[in-house]
Amino acid sequence: MKRVTTLLLAATAALTLPALAQDIGYSTSQPLTLPHDTFFGMAAGVATDSKGHVFVYTRNGDPIITLAGSRAFAHGGSSLYEFGPDGKYIRQIGKQVYGFLAAQQVRVDKSDNIWVVDRYSSMVMKFDPQGRVAMLLGRKPESVDVPSSPDTGRGTPPGSGQQSDLFQSPTDVAWDADGNIFVADGIGNARIAKFTRDGVFVKSWGARGTGQSEFKSAHGVAVDANGNVYVGDRGNNRIQVFDNNGTYKSSITTGGDPEAICISPGAHQYLFSSNSNPVNDLDRGGEIYKLELNGTVVGKFGQAGKGPKDFGSVNAIDCRNPSALYVAEAGNWRVTKVDLH
Amino acid sequence: MKRYLAAAATVALLFSTNSALPQVSATAAGSAPDLAYEAVPNFFQAPPGDYMGELQGVATNSKGHVFAYFRGPQTRLWEFGPDGKFIKEIGKGFYGFQFAHSVRVDRHDNIWTVDEGTNVVTKFDPTGTKVLMVVGHRPSQAEGPYATPKGPNPPDEKYTLCRPTDVAWDQQDNIFISDGYCNNRVVKYDRNGRFLAQNGSEKVGKGENEYNLPHGLQVDHQGNVYVADRGNARYVVLDNNLKWKTAYTQYGSAWSDCISEGPHQYLFMSNSNPNGNGPGTWARTGQIYKAELDGTVVGKFGHAGKLAPGWQVVHMMDCRNPNQLIVGEIESWRMQKFVLKGSK
Repeated sequence: MKRVTTLLLAATAALTLPALAQDIGYSTSQPLTLPHDTFFGMAAGVATDSKGHVFVYTRNGDPIITLAGSRAFAHGGSSLYEFGPDGKYIRQIGKQVYGFLAAQQVRVDKSDNIWVVDRYSSMVMKFDPQGRVAMLLGRKPESVDVPSSPDTGRGTPPGSGQQSDLFQSPTDVAWDADGNIFVADGIGNARIAKFTRDGVFVKSWGARGTGQSEFKSAHGVAVDANGNVYVGDRGNNRIQVFDNNGTYKSSITTGGDPEAICISPGAHQYLFSSNSNPVNDLDRGGEIYKLELNGTVVGKFGQAGKGPKDFGSVNAIDCRNPSALYVAEAGNWRVTKVDLH
Repeated sequence: MKRYLAAAATVALLFSTNSALPQVSATAAGSAPDLAYEAVPNFFQAPPGDYMGELQGVATNSKGHVFAYFRGPQTRLWEFGPDGKFIKEIGKGFYGFQFAHSVRVDRHDNIWTVDEGTNVVTKFDPTGTKVLMVVGHRPSQAEGPYATPKGPNPPDEKYTLCRPTDVAWDQQDNIFISDGYCNNRVVKYDRNGRFLAQNGSEKVGKGENEYNLPHGLQVDHQGNVYVADRGNARYVVLDNNLKWKTAYTQYGSAWSDCISEGPHQYLFMSNSNPNGNGPGTWARTGQIYKAELDGTVVGKFGHAGKLAPGWQVVHMMDCRNPNQLIVGEIESWRMQKFVLKGSK
């Protein structure tokens, strides 16, 4: 009898576990206004600076492949826009820049520099607050093989784990308090690369796999105030936590299969994780989890869909203000502000 | 000469009143009464120095504005006033535009484009300044330049369109999409874009519930769906849940259809002359048929030709007003307006 009770209790606990993720009340809006004849395409990245300005990196044009040369050379196709705190359009940054090809992510560091991650130029580009190029990581390939599988990158072994400061389909960038740079590299390489604040390559860790310190894809990276590195291991349904030098610490499995993660600033930091639906499926996932840094669930909100309170394949979360988020929806081609109640 | 004779024989067969072919009333439709009509010459004018291209899509809204979705150097969407004067371009450089196929306007005057390059159906607000919804998703840059995947079509997916061709809605605003060149199905989504049902699959077929290039579709006020099954030269009628009802086989090449508004709805069907203009094709293709929704023919009008008012591969018709058709052509880069005299 005791055993049955225990079993029952266990079963009950197992059944009620998902319900522990309380629904968080929320409302949504789309405050960003674009100039006439400008539209978001696939909204890849969104980030705010300390003044509340909003930056969006989006695939919203046709990349051009130049014919009749020694190689098929691709350029263009993505745009970086800046909006004021009221959502009003301010300007376009980086028009005609060499490394803009397929938008993947934008982040703003504590000095309001704007960092852009481009998936197919495989570059991480740092712009200063005035929009000038300040530092470049990686190098755009001299030619682009089309078609190339997005999972294997271009030319080098998948998940090679090589020590190199060149990327293959990178996905995200983050910094610790000292300004060290962590690049999630990403889809092609499945590893994390660490650089000093001056861009000196320090090391990388991780390779393709399912074990500790291995990633299906390193799809997002965030660093907490103590310098711990959180990696969204999309495909393995977990967020792996490392110390500042890449030593494995733990895995968080309460945030779904993380397509996008974000750690809020401030005295009490939260970890947000989006269990994004794939762009070809609206019938599962889509919710975003709010977690403590140790993985304890605070709550969740949203679901996959195209309606005003739905999320379509969230690819980025900005959580500078943990109760007023911006999310970039790759599937719905829109940027949504989410106010948590 | 021999070839000419063969072509003539084909024509004779198609238009023969000898109904050895059961129910292939290409005969019946072929002998349909001619409807008197008048072309309005040079009604639509491009802005000075600019050009339209292949006119894949034409549509009007409730105020008589005309939308043209066409393949120029880029795919573009233009709006004209009821007087044919150019008003503005919509969605210039938009990520969902790459290879035009259809534009339609829903009962709320939202403008929907169907693009078979990006595999995306886009809903714009009536002013064309806001994107309200996208259905389908654009392939990643790395997936390559091929219009149609090599080998067998990939398995159909609920939310992946494969070179979609057309969009329509019922009175509940459910969304119907003909999909397309590398799927062979009709898909029904709810008003928020959530999958409800499909008929057909990625596979080509000619039986019931099968398609060979569903190239256009329309929905009547009762919610029935009329699919131009081009590769099978028939118009398929489905009920609102996409259950097979019947097929009309007597109306030629089945490129495109249009259902008029108003209490008495008509079904217009284009027996478009094929691209390439093989010998004799103008003799047996080119006209537009007007029919009752049940398939009974009312009449036919128009003809193929390089010069206006002839048509060079009609790709789409607008028939909001059944006595005033706007016709978009592929090969003559032209959009023409016609007034039908032969009907009341």
